[in-house]
Amino acid sequence: MDSALRRPALPRLAAPWPRASWLGLAAYGLIAFGLLPTLHLLTPVGSLLHVSDFTITLGGKIMCYAIVAVALDLVWGYGGILSLGHSLFFALGGYGFGMYLMRSIGREGVYQSDLPDFMVFLDWKKLPWYWHGTSHAAWALFLALAVPALLAAIFGLFAFRSRVKGVYFSIITQALTYAAMLLFFRNETGFGGNNGFTDFKRVFGLPITAPSTRVLLFMATAAALLASVLGTRYLVRSKFGRVLTAIRDAEARVMALGYDPLRYKLAAWTLSAVLCAAAGALYVPQVGIINPSEMSPANSIEIAIWVAVGGRGTLIGPVVGAALVTLAKSFLTTAYPEFWLFFLGLLFILVTLFLPEGVIGLGRRLWRKGTA
Amino acid sequence: MRPSRPLLLALLALPASAALAVEPGTLAKLASDDSDAKIAAIRQLAASADPGAVRVLQALSEGALAVAGGKVVVVEGDRVLDAATLAEIRPPPPDRDTVIANNRMRRELGGVLAALRLLDPDRKVRLAAAQEVTRALSPVSAPLVERALTTEKDPEIRSILETAQAESTLKNPDPAARRSAVKALGASSSPRVRALLARLLDEHAEPDAGVRREAKAAVDAIDARLAWGELVGRIFSGLSLGSILLLAALGLAITYGVMGVINMAHGELLMVGAYSAVVMQALFRRYFPHAFDFYVVAAIPVAFGAAALVGVVMERTVIRFLYRRPLETLLATWGLSLVLIQAARAVFGPQNADVANPSFMSGSVTPIPNLVLPLNRIAIIGFSLGVLAVVWGLLNRTRLGLFVRAVTQNRAMASCVGVSTGKVDTAAFALGAGIAGLGGLALSQIANVGPDMGQGYIVDSFMVVVLGGVGQLAGAVGAALGLGVVSKFLEGWTGAVIAKIAVLVFVIVFIQKRPQGLFAMRGRSIEA
Repeated sequence: MDSALRRPALPRLAAPWPRASWLGLAAYGLIAFGLLPTLHLLTPVGSLLHVSDFTITLGGKIMCYAIVAVALDLVWGYGGILSLGHSLFFALGGYGFGMYLMRSIGREGVYQSDLPDFMVFLDWKKLPWYWHGTSHAAWALFLALAVPALLAAIFGLFAFRSRVKGVYFSIITQALTYAAMLLFFRNETGFGGNNGFTDFKRVFGLPITAPSTRVLLFMATAAALLASVLGTRYLVRSKFGRVLTAIRDAEARVMALGYDPLRYKLAAWTLSAVLCAAAGALYVPQVGIINPSEMSPANSIEIAIWVAVGGRGTLIGPVVGAALVTLAKSFLTTAYPEFWLFFLGLLFILVTLFLPEGVIGLGRRLWRKGTA
Repeated sequence: MRPSRPLLLALLALPASAALAVEPGTLAKLASDDSDAKIAAIRQLAASADPGAVRVLQALSEGALAVAGGKVVVVEGDRVLDAATLAEIRPPPPDRDTVIANNRMRRELGGVLAALRLLDPDRKVRLAAAQEVTRALSPVSAPLVERALTTEKDPEIRSILETAQAESTLKNPDPAARRSAVKALGASSSPRVRALLARLLDEHAEPDAGVRREAKAAVDAIDARLAWGELVGRIFSGLSLGSILLLAALGLAITYGVMGVINMAHGELLMVGAYSAVVMQALFRRYFPHAFDFYVVAAIPVAFGAAALVGVVMERTVIRFLYRRPLETLLATWGLSLVLIQAARAVFGPQNADVANPSFMSGSVTPIPNLVLPLNRIAIIGFSLGVLAVVWGLLNRTRLGLFVRAVTQNRAMASCVGVSTGKVDTAAFALGAGIAGLGGLALSQIANVGPDMGQGYIVDSFMVVVLGGVGQLAGAVGAALGLGVVSKFLEGWTGAVIAKIAVLVFVIVFIQKRPQGLFAMRGRSIEA
């Protein structure tokens, strides 16, 4: 392993992978880019093989959540920083791209105005300054990523510099999210208040509900998830990742060795926020709505349970956890709505008590027992 | 249109069943087809202020006034009364034409009936009527208000009516009359009057410069008087918020100090305490209705016990096993809070429960006109100070308190000298949970009681713990009251949302300077 550290980046990237990883990668690519899109587009509705709109949207949603879970795992599983505010970055990314989607509705809104409907409703005469240029997708995308990154960097700088950590840090991130949610609930903030953004018509000039657009967004999300997992994998195996993990385990010793934990934590934290923002930007065109309840503290803490269920400190764990919990939620909230909170609550308790390493950890333990 | 005063007083003294003291033609006009004539008749009846006239007008507004056999009659169920004498007509006339009131008449009637209620013997009815009438003083109700003022003794109602009267004079075309009205209003201390006068400062609203000058002086005078009341009011509502925060944060500070874990279900312990109040209220209403007011007193031990019990169960079944894993405790206790919320929803229903203040806690004291101090908030401030005193005594004067402090400072060392840390953990958790239950009981007296009422409190209480420093009672008190007052003042200037954000930013900046809270404990650990 030591030799891996000294090798430059490119050869390290190309270093041989275990066969299971190649197989997993191939299966993922086949399903996400081949099977599901083909079945959605080419089979007739009602046929046995047809993949419905609902399934494609749910799949896209799950992959967005998985990106967020990977992002949280980077800071929590590897950096020991539990954020209860990641939904804030997710929602900010969504709002950023949502601004572009709102602008591209054009005059097809209810009031047939150049302004988004909610502004007409508030009797605003022109766009607020921060909406300028958002009719360009590139600028909106830049905003969607840069604003959360800036917020994370400033907040992280203050928090990490004074060595705020552990539960202190967690609760303060929750407070931050809560305050932001209150801010976005206000109509005067200029982001649609309670209702947020919805009724989108098109994205990049394509009708937003058309099956082909849906599939494009789905595949873009799948690619983003793949990139996040591989990028994070590369990162945590690099020297950077090693130092980060060392800080998680014994910050004082790392400092004694001459490293400055601030830089490492801040970099991981900001990167994590950007990943969340990207997921948010992909999420909004697929589900067609973004509102302030996305940044509620409860949502943030649910992200943590995705990671915990899957297994912290593994990269595939968060993906699995996000998928399992989201599927369970999707099923339970329609079938037994009154039991969903009981289930979620017990999941929080039981996973932390009995599955500290998540299902991936459990699987590995069983696997080792089987082979030994 | 205005009858002379002695006549009026005589009229008011008439018994209810006597004949109406209006011209006989009035009633006939009421039944005519001409709306203008009808309205004139309504005004005339109103001006008479006769209790019988009230009855006739009431009947008209309810569609119970009719014409039968050339007479105007009041229909009351099966009985038919002659409107002029209010004597029953027997047998009831067979054919009746109901007198129709159109919308214009209804508007007129509404104002008139409200104004007539100003003469009601019941103080509550008069107060409500005064508030209703003064919202929009019409030419009809104005004389009635003037008349009511001649007999009204209650200072609260008087001041409302006097203000209303001066307000209506402000519309007088004569500048001199307006000026004297402005002068009279300047003696008031009501924020409403101030707003009214402030409107006169505008050239378009008030053409006369002399009146504007007078209004400016009056507004300044009122402002000076209001400023004090406002300041004291802000501090009071800040202290009231702070005392709730204190009750919520005390328990959290103890458990966080002893075990180093944040109990995310702490807010739900507040909820348990609040629902204890709901349950006790229902029990008292059912079994001891004569002693209903004491349900609050009886709820104190119940709220403490119920929350402490839930806390002990939480500690024994979940938190104990997560010792030294504070971040996971955060998640597990969040799970507990979800389960508790859903359980409350299943047992008590998702809607908010009604909690009535006991009579000795409802109402308010008004030391200055614009300073209203509700009794329930005063009681809560007193209650939390009492709880604080008990907790202080418990922590500083008992053996258990000594152990709790020892474990807070150094768990390993305390264990070495023979403190059973496990038992101390449970006891501290029960104590912290019980205090939260008391906080919930206090909350139930001023806020809505619902399954998710506790959700908003965890962050605020934690802010108090952060500011105050761990294991420091004095710090928690200072931080809770300080945060309460500061956020109420900020709310006044910037609105609630910005105030919340500002407090958060303040706490983050504060941690930069003093990572260990207001009152730092001295220690040698690097990982504080």
